[in-house]
Amino acid sequence: MLLLERRPVDSSLMRWASPVLALVLTVMTGFVLFLAMGKDPVEGLTFFFITPISDLIGLAELGLKMAPLLLCAAGLTVCYRAKVWNIGAEGHFLMGALGASAVAVQLMDMSGFWVLPVVLVAGILAGMLWAAIAAGLKTHLHCNEILTTIMLNYIALNLLLYAVHGPLKDPYGFGFPQSVMFAESALLPDLIPGTRLHLGLAFGLLAAVSVWVLFARSFIGFQLNVVGQDQRAAAFAGFGARRLTWFAFLVGGATAGLAGASEVTGPIGQLVPQVSPGYGYTAIIVVFLGRMHALGIIAASALLALTFIGGEMLQIAMNMPKAVTGLFQGLLLFYLLTCDAFIHYRVRLRAPVRKPTRVAAPAATQEA
Amino acid sequence: MELLTNILAAMVVAGTPLLLVALGELICERSGVLNLGQEGMMLMGAVAGFVVALTTGSLAVAVFASVFAGIGMALLFALMAVTLAANQYAAGLALTIFGTGLSAFVGAGFVGESIDGFERVAIPLLSDIPVIGRVLFHQDLLVYFSLVVFAGIWLFLHHSRGGLLLRAVGEDPDAANANGLKVLVVRYLAVAFGGGMAGLAGAYLSLAYTPMWTENMTAGRGWIALALVVFATWRPERVLIGAWLFGAASILHLVLQGLGWRASTELLAMLPYVVTILMLVLLSWNPARTRLNTPLSLGQPYRPGR
Repeated sequence: MLLLERRPVDSSLMRWASPVLALVLTVMTGFVLFLAMGKDPVEGLTFFFITPISDLIGLAELGLKMAPLLLCAAGLTVCYRAKVWNIGAEGHFLMGALGASAVAVQLMDMSGFWVLPVVLVAGILAGMLWAAIAAGLKTHLHCNEILTTIMLNYIALNLLLYAVHGPLKDPYGFGFPQSVMFAESALLPDLIPGTRLHLGLAFGLLAAVSVWVLFARSFIGFQLNVVGQDQRAAAFAGFGARRLTWFAFLVGGATAGLAGASEVTGPIGQLVPQVSPGYGYTAIIVVFLGRMHALGIIAASALLALTFIGGEMLQIAMNMPKAVTGLFQGLLLFYLLTCDAFIHYRVRLRAPVRKPTRVAAPAATQEA
Repeated sequence: MELLTNILAAMVVAGTPLLLVALGELICERSGVLNLGQEGMMLMGAVAGFVVALTTGSLAVAVFASVFAGIGMALLFALMAVTLAANQYAAGLALTIFGTGLSAFVGAGFVGESIDGFERVAIPLLSDIPVIGRVLFHQDLLVYFSLVVFAGIWLFLHHSRGGLLLRAVGEDPDAANANGLKVLVVRYLAVAFGGGMAGLAGAYLSLAYTPMWTENMTAGRGWIALALVVFATWRPERVLIGAWLFGAASILHLVLQGLGWRASTELLAMLPYVVTILMLVLLSWNPARTRLNTPLSLGQPYRPGR
């Protein structure tokens, strides 16, 4: 009989092997899926994983999708390390896009180097404001942050829809629900000329490095870690859980807000209803896959960015539904969590007859 | 009077999917397992029901397909959260993300198709009662079924041995285990039941409420249901009232427009989510009371002692 047994010490090998294992399992599942749909699996997987990044344009597109994922994931890493279950990156992102757009539309006739920073800061502040609502609800009114952030995501989406149908709608836009195209002075500069890759990726990488510095070199990072691992210990040490919760939320809101602002001032250049294909939700997968570590989330955001463009590629090349992206992401997260169980547990073979009689109660209490 | 009756009837219809999924989650949480995957299970139920209804033409078969899809998803969750003792928050989120992706993938070829959904069936005599007759006894079969399930769950939880065992497992799994109860089996059953109910709620959306399939058609109802269970302090009778209240919130924009109010549909569409947050605030500001009502082991994985 197979038995799950707690390891005396968590396996650090498994901690880093688990994401790789999850990826392998996902690819294998994809292989079977392609077969089941009567498509050539090798061709399909090539189109999904390799074709999109086989030239400079493709790599630039990868960076383009990485930027928002990495920014959102950096903020969420700070939250999840402190066990603040902020699912609201999508809402922060949308509010960031909305806030930046509102300002950019106001500054249409302005030129000057200061316009872009003002627009970006507006996005950051809007994201932080949205995060602050959830933070306040948690620290002062004890509301579960998972539920409030999810609800705030839906509210943010409706606010954005309201804006593009109402106050921010382009009066000469032939009735399409979208804002005017922003002025040149409000647009992010390109990183590589001739591609769509813009400064947003640099923001993302900077955010990841900041996360590393925060947790490796700063006292507040240490406090966040302690609060996340043992709230009682943190309380004894006098670390203010409330203050840390606010910090985590505000960082999460700021980075995701910047991501939203970078998206409207970068590749899109205006506010549209479909500004996010779910970056804020995918960023959650990035954080788990990246082991809440700066280098990890950089690698994971590249992989998940690939799932977005790979899905589009499959749609064009093999007439597959674009939803394959979401399926792939879901499978990846599912396998990851399953593999993660083996960080704490190992499988033992044991004959059922040898099972000792249970004198269980005290032992079980210790276990819990 | 006519208008009020219509509003109340629409409220019950809009509240039914919430009622179904929240009752399932209630049982699940009473066993100590918090499944945040409601949205994913509902979506899988909705897509499975719709696809089967379209291909077989039978609504009965479709409903079974939905329920089984929900149970299948729930078992995946149970594998992670119960057997492998994974973090229940993360596992539930994974289930929602996975279900959202898988349902969009499965349903991609069926967007834009339509079926004949459940029709209203008047119950003789009862449906002639003024107001209440139209509101409660002139609805589709799934609404009646939701009321039957509600009654069943109420009886089960408060007046049966099984309900007592379930609550024991949720309150103190160690004590339950010491008394010879199989904690993991009870939790598996509770999770599976929750999944079946979420699947059924999905079926209600794609077979009765709006007989079609669109991506993400649940629109956060699974999450609202999770808040609803907290709101109801884990009691089925309050879940029933809460579900209908939320149903009212979600049709309020139709009512207001019917009354000649001119407000943006997008702003009014926020209402159910705003109401959910307000409810949470009302109920959570006193943490001592929340703790009093929450099943004690909620969210904590259980590993039987060896």
